[in-house]
Amino acid sequence: MNPFSLALRLLRRDWRAGELRLLATALVIAVASVTSVGFFTDRVERAMERQATEVLAADLRLESNQPITESLIEAADQRLLRRAQTLSFPSVMLNNGATQLVQVKAVSDTYPLRGRMRVRDSVSGEDHATESLPQPGEAWLEERLLPLLDLHIGDTIKLGQSPFRIARIISYEPDRSANLFQLAPRVMIRLDEVDKTGLLGPASRVRHYLLLAGSPSQMSDYRQWIETQSRPGIQVEDIRAARPELRIALERGGRFLRLAASTAILLCVVAVALSSRRFVERQSDTSALLRCLGASSRDVGRIFLLRLLSLGVIASLAGSLLGLAAQAVLVELIGHWFTSRIPAPSAWPLLSGLATGILVLIGFSLPSVLRLSEVPPLRVFRRHLGTPPVSYRLFLATALISLGALLMWQIGDDRLAFQLIGGLLAGMAILLLVSRLLVHLLTPLRNRTAGSWRYGLASLSRNPTTTSIQMTGFGLGITVLLVLAMVRVDLLSNWRNALPKESPNQFLINIQPGEVESVRNLLAEGGIETGGPYPMIRGRLISIDDRRISENDYRSPRAQRLATRDFNLSLATEIQSDNKILAGRWWSESEWHEPWFSVEQGLAETLGIPLGSQLAFEVAGQRISGRVENFRSVQWDSFNVNFFVIGTPGLMADLPATYITSFYLPPEKRELLHRLIQAHPSVTALDVTALMQQVRAIMDRGTLAVESVFLFTVAAGLIVLYAGIQASHELRVQETAILRTLGLSRRRLVVSVLLEFTLLGGLAGLISAALASAISYSLATSVFELPWSIDPAMWGIALFGGAAGVGLAGTLASWRLFNTPPMTVLKKA
Amino acid sequence: MLQTSSNQHPVTASGLMKFVETSEGRLEILQRIDLQVASGEAVAILGASGSGKSTLLGLLAGLDEASKGEVRLFDTPLSGLDEDGRAALRAGKVGFVFQSFQLLSGMTALENVMLPLELTGHDSPDQAAAETLSQAGLAQRLHHYPSQLSGGEQQRVALARAFAPGPKVLFADEPTANLDPHTGERVAELLFRLQRHNGTVLILVTHDEMLARRCDRRLYLREGRLEAEA
Repeated sequence: MNPFSLALRLLRRDWRAGELRLLATALVIAVASVTSVGFFTDRVERAMERQATEVLAADLRLESNQPITESLIEAADQRLLRRAQTLSFPSVMLNNGATQLVQVKAVSDTYPLRGRMRVRDSVSGEDHATESLPQPGEAWLEERLLPLLDLHIGDTIKLGQSPFRIARIISYEPDRSANLFQLAPRVMIRLDEVDKTGLLGPASRVRHYLLLAGSPSQMSDYRQWIETQSRPGIQVEDIRAARPELRIALERGGRFLRLAASTAILLCVVAVALSSRRFVERQSDTSALLRCLGASSRDVGRIFLLRLLSLGVIASLAGSLLGLAAQAVLVELIGHWFTSRIPAPSAWPLLSGLATGILVLIGFSLPSVLRLSEVPPLRVFRRHLGTPPVSYRLFLATALISLGALLMWQIGDDRLAFQLIGGLLAGMAILLLVSRLLVHLLTPLRNRTAGSWRYGLASLSRNPTTTSIQMTGFGLGITVLLVLAMVRVDLLSNWRNALPKESPNQFLINIQPGEVESVRNLLAEGGIETGGPYPMIRGRLISIDDRRISENDYRSPRAQRLATRDFNLSLATEIQSDNKILAGRWWSESEWHEPWFSVEQGLAETLGIPLGSQLAFEVAGQRISGRVENFRSVQWDSFNVNFFVIGTPGLMADLPATYITSFYLPPEKRELLHRLIQAHPSVTALDVTALMQQVRAIMDRGTLAVESVFLFTVAAGLIVLYAGIQASHELRVQETAILRTLGLSRRRLVVSVLLEFTLLGGLAGLISAALASAISYSLATSVFELPWSIDPAMWGIALFGGAAGVGLAGTLASWRLFNTPPMTVLKKA
Repeated sequence: MLQTSSNQHPVTASGLMKFVETSEGRLEILQRIDLQVASGEAVAILGASGSGKSTLLGLLAGLDEASKGEVRLFDTPLSGLDEDGRAALRAGKVGFVFQSFQLLSGMTALENVMLPLELTGHDSPDQAAAETLSQAGLAQRLHHYPSQLSGGEQQRVALARAFAPGPKVLFADEPTANLDPHTGERVAELLFRLQRHNGTVLILVTHDEMLARRCDRRLYLREGRLEAEA
């Protein structure tokens, strides 16, 4: 006997007979969901990442105070990377006797490599994206420079020895956001016109930038190469070192997408487990017959294993192709939201789809299917001898291992994966227990009811195991759908609310202590509300617990940068509303005099600062030190003024400080800003409207992507529902025939089935609502760090939606039975 | 007690007992059954419903294990074999016909008959299956599914499946009980024709006296004991 060919023949025959359709459909949807989500998220994440690379105007940026060495450029050329070069240096501009420090940026023709500049042709004009750059003899300026020097578009300015005509106003330059708090306003000219200004000498404070872009593999190759090179004074920055607002927005978007993908997996494994159970029940006769005809249990096991694996490969391939087609439609739907073309799909999701299909089958089907080899051959005479039940421990072990592997692999976030698995296990246990209890409580009711109610209730209690499994399946399906719905509606809207429409879009920095009152009054007169100004003290961290820190102590570029640069400190008596204490505690009024620090959690992790450690900072040549009293989380994407390190007033009140504030300036009040700058020329105004638009765009696209992915999860939910309904199909076929033979009318039969499924769905919905609330609370508070509130409407939807959905679907799925002549069924038996 | 068995007696049972422990004590289904069936012989086992006929058939075919006593199939004691060993002993040499046909609904008539041939590694199972089905008068029904066949036709497919590998022993459990008398008669005709043509041992369990009379020997199972015809 050739088990493989026999297995294939049986597979083909089973398929024709419809035996495998449910299992195969569950598997195809599982793989299609995973691959479509995989393909889609892979492409969207890459597109989002590419869009986020706008923050650097490149995929990778090299920065140095010396010209970038030829070897670094040659290595980029060898790897066929696209490159651009920029220079940045301070200079003083003169106009009608007024002077202003400016930051000149000179750009090569290929700038920017990622993203596009946005400019205005006049002060009152609309801003628009542009592919062009300043022409020879042209300079583009930041708007705030115009009132400072009383300039207008078309005027000529002098930079060093060269005149330049002001051609446009820069409203957004991609890589400006990476260095947002630059004090001097921007002037942009062409790189090839720098020499003729004569501004650059050997001692000039010039920063040289090499911008690089290419395919992920090209970039990875270059990154690896550059890691091995000695590059004194050269800093390498990629997207991960970019602005925290964008990094957080991207990370959150990624988490939402992966969560959506994981819920599809969870639903599909439930469907596969349910349909495998039915498959095993229906294959018991085949197994008994094969053994009767002389096949050994090993042969039977091999035949079923090969059938299962063949089915796995075929269904996974079909699912992967379906996923590929589905994601193409999705990408087509949302492609125009992206500024650049969405990258082509990679082969990775296809492989991951195949592996997913096989893993799901092995984890949730194999143990039960292999038990088919243990069917007693005597079943041919004794129908009650079925497949021995699979060992509970074995099933749990394989299911947990495969699900754990799948989720950790798909989500790439161990904590979230464990939470989901823990949630699933707890959910299953609760659903099984509660459904058992409910079945037990419902059983006596059948004696107090009559007609269809009695049959409906009897159906629920006739086989408590099947009913519990069905209710657990429905419950898990409904729970996951509810959680996802809440994620979609609640968490996504909360996420977007984290950046409300009236979030601060203007920062005023470098406010001198003597100007604080006047600035506050000017803003108040203009009807502008502001939370500050807050003191800002520039300081450099010099030691942790008396151990001097240096760049060499750290591997991450961010840590290296923080260890060598000044950063902003502040002092406060109260914690800001968008900050949260994660460890330790905030100081009380009686402790203001204590020498204490509050440190942002991310900074503490990056620099390895323990709670309770002693930090020393150098501020304007002065050394201050204090103990780390607490760690804070900071909602960076709120666009409020926030600080990595805050000290007590006693520690920092006497240090030299400037002030900073942020506020929302409606477009119609822009004139107020001009007045403010003219009244306080030393105050620097920063407009972050464009950056906020960028963050909002990432959030919007993330939301849309999650909503699209949600559709697949709904499809997976429906197949769970169908698999749950089919779980009791065999019993129902027989019972329906007997009841009809005994004279039960078709109408009463329909009503009793409707009641049975409605009760099942309603009860499952109720348990699911409780479970979903607990899970969403856990996700909102510990994973997404967003506020959470109980949603009474969700309970109603779960109860009535579960009852109506399962009731209707169950009745419709059984419809064929109502019309099948009982004799046909009884003859088969 | 029967002491010997030989190639002339492919099926023998000696001191065969089957009992189950229940909450009300031991329930004895079969008590000290001795049986010897000769090559080519057709034996009918008759008895009322619940008399243990199917249990005895299961024990003789090695589908179940005896509580006491011994069954020898082709001179091999079944008690010395595990389930797989017994399956290997049956492969290709033992056929079955059931009251409820036991055809696989997802397979055509031809595929159902091919199944045991494939299990025994037959060179051309499709050709052999088609020939056997033709002998059963079903040459026009090869590609029909069980649901497309009448009860009589289904049982003829089951007979073809049982005889296709050329078994030495055929166990039949009430093969005509689900059929009307006329159809039952035609199926019985086919069963005995194939049995004689192949020289197969037939052990037939039935409560149908008419069918039993076609056999060489009739045995009655009463209160767990096997008695020869009076």
